[in-house]
Amino acid sequence: MTAISCRQLCKTFRQGDETITGLDHVDIDIDSGEFVCLSGPSGSGKTTLLNAIGGLDTPDSGEIRIGDLQVEKLDRGALADMRLHHIGFVFQSYNLIPVLSARENVEFVMQVQGVPAAERHNKAAAILREVGLEGLEDRRPAQLSGGQQQRVAVARAIVSRPDLVLADEPTANLDSVASTQLMDLFAELNSNHGVTFVIATHDKRVMRYARRLIRMRDGRIISDEAN
Amino acid sequence: MRLGPRQLSIVLTLSWRNLWRNRRRTGIMLGAISVGVWAMIFMTALMRGMVDDMLVQGIRSLPGHIQIQHPDYLDDPSVVNSIDEPRGALLAALQGGGAQRWAARIRVPAVIASERESRGVELIGVQPAFEQEISGIPGKTGEGRFLESSDDGGLVIGARLAQRLETRLGKRVVIMSQDPDNNISERGYRVVGIYRAEIAALEESRVYAGLEEVQQLLGIDGRVSQIIVYGEDYRDVDSRYRSLAEALPGGLDIRPWYRIDTYLAAMFEMMDGFVLVWVIIIFLALSFGLVNTLVMAIFERVREIGLTQALGMRPSQIVLQILLESLLLLLIGLAVGNGLAIATIKPLESGLDVSIVAEGMAMMGAGSVLYPSLTLHDLLLANGVVILLGILTSILPAWRAAHLDPIRALNMH
Repeated sequence: MTAISCRQLCKTFRQGDETITGLDHVDIDIDSGEFVCLSGPSGSGKTTLLNAIGGLDTPDSGEIRIGDLQVEKLDRGALADMRLHHIGFVFQSYNLIPVLSARENVEFVMQVQGVPAAERHNKAAAILREVGLEGLEDRRPAQLSGGQQQRVAVARAIVSRPDLVLADEPTANLDSVASTQLMDLFAELNSNHGVTFVIATHDKRVMRYARRLIRMRDGRIISDEAN
Repeated sequence: MRLGPRQLSIVLTLSWRNLWRNRRRTGIMLGAISVGVWAMIFMTALMRGMVDDMLVQGIRSLPGHIQIQHPDYLDDPSVVNSIDEPRGALLAALQGGGAQRWAARIRVPAVIASERESRGVELIGVQPAFEQEISGIPGKTGEGRFLESSDDGGLVIGARLAQRLETRLGKRVVIMSQDPDNNISERGYRVVGIYRAEIAALEESRVYAGLEEVQQLLGIDGRVSQIIVYGEDYRDVDSRYRSLAEALPGGLDIRPWYRIDTYLAAMFEMMDGFVLVWVIIIFLALSFGLVNTLVMAIFERVREIGLTQALGMRPSQIVLQILLESLLLLLIGLAVGNGLAIATIKPLESGLDVSIVAEGMAMMGAGSVLYPSLTLHDLLLANGVVILLGILTSILPAWRAAHLDPIRALNMH
């Protein structure tokens, strides 16, 4: 079953007088349960593609389908609902809410979804244990190291078992041990729970986990092959 | 808006914690709101007290909450336009108010002459037992005494009039007025009391004699100029007015105070509007700080707002979060401001001496002691205006926050 379908996606940016091509007629289909890495140099369009798939950015033209949803036809509220219920995001920098503790950050999405408190607490405790943050639940982001913050962000992205996880350079700020732990966790979620992963990365260690590798350059897909 | 108790809980948590993120800024803003609210309520209580005093003094000078008289009396207050003393249904209606809060009076133009000067005055024939309630003059009789009975042969005059006439306590003066046949009636009286009034013009123009004494002078036994009625509160005279109007015999005119003196009525009517304008002016000064605080608070966390959007928070939930933050700030400021206002007004309710500006107060028809009046209506008005306008001024920053471009917001440093 197709989880993501993109057709003829185009996106350009203005930078001063210059026009930069972010996406150039991108066509891509990703099935449910796939583990896909987008690779390519900076400016190749990986992040732009992730943002477009996640409904955070609007392409100039083209179509995107996430499951049954035609993304470009959704209004802001419906896009928010789509992200809330179907997509988990992991950003390059940790992007936690500083006034919430690690546990509250993990519970945030579930709370907006309306999950009952007891279920929320149990799931948050379990996922924080799984990412190795047991005992640090009540710490605010400023009291956690970079690696710990990224693990909180990952826990938040996967705690409600979304259909799709979009991760943008998730290991960029992690040491090799933390990177391996994180990728093992992603792989486990993918194989055991069928969560679809699309990861934009430069990191060859991350690419090794992918079962499909898509290379991009100048906003185009230059190769798309099984890994 | 998808907003159940669980969503509300996280929105409220974020609002509350973000409020205390920059404690110094929040503290300064809370101080400004508290002082502003205090100023709104405290100054309103002072104004309300002053206007209340002006109205009470003004109604006393009419006098009365309700007056009954001949239909032509107010245009031509002469002895010709007198009426019979109350009897029958009217007397029963007047006495139906419980303790006697009414009195019949004669009030006619007259000339008072001492051995040196003469002046035109209003001669007022009163029932002394009720005059303290009606005009308060007995309590203001500083020299000598007030009249003791309706047939007291003495005269009570104002201190300024005594000065003009170059007379004093114990001296004799002559009162001249016209009887119903337009003949001059005159009689000598001894000055038995000299009073002082808040309003100089009244002190100079009103002289008081016993009712029966004046009836005899004018040859109008059993007749009076007016019946003066007081209710419990000048703000609520309509029910008493209606019951008296129903019992009124034909050929008499009855009016509540606000139809006798339209200036006083306008002052009464305008007070609420004046308070509202005052509260809004103070709020406008506050609103700049409030909007600035919100804009700064939003500007500092653009990235987080982008993050909450990316994680699936709807724009309406972000708007609510910012509005709640504003509301919490306002509620805390209001609580402190209300507390301060009550704490400062209550000790002053027994009277604030403003004799240093007594002349100015007298010109406005108010006394030299101000009694701040804190009313629930004014408290609710001030709090309501602050909350309503506070939320209204917060809508634009909140709306902007909710409609940030998530990508730009997430990439902002």
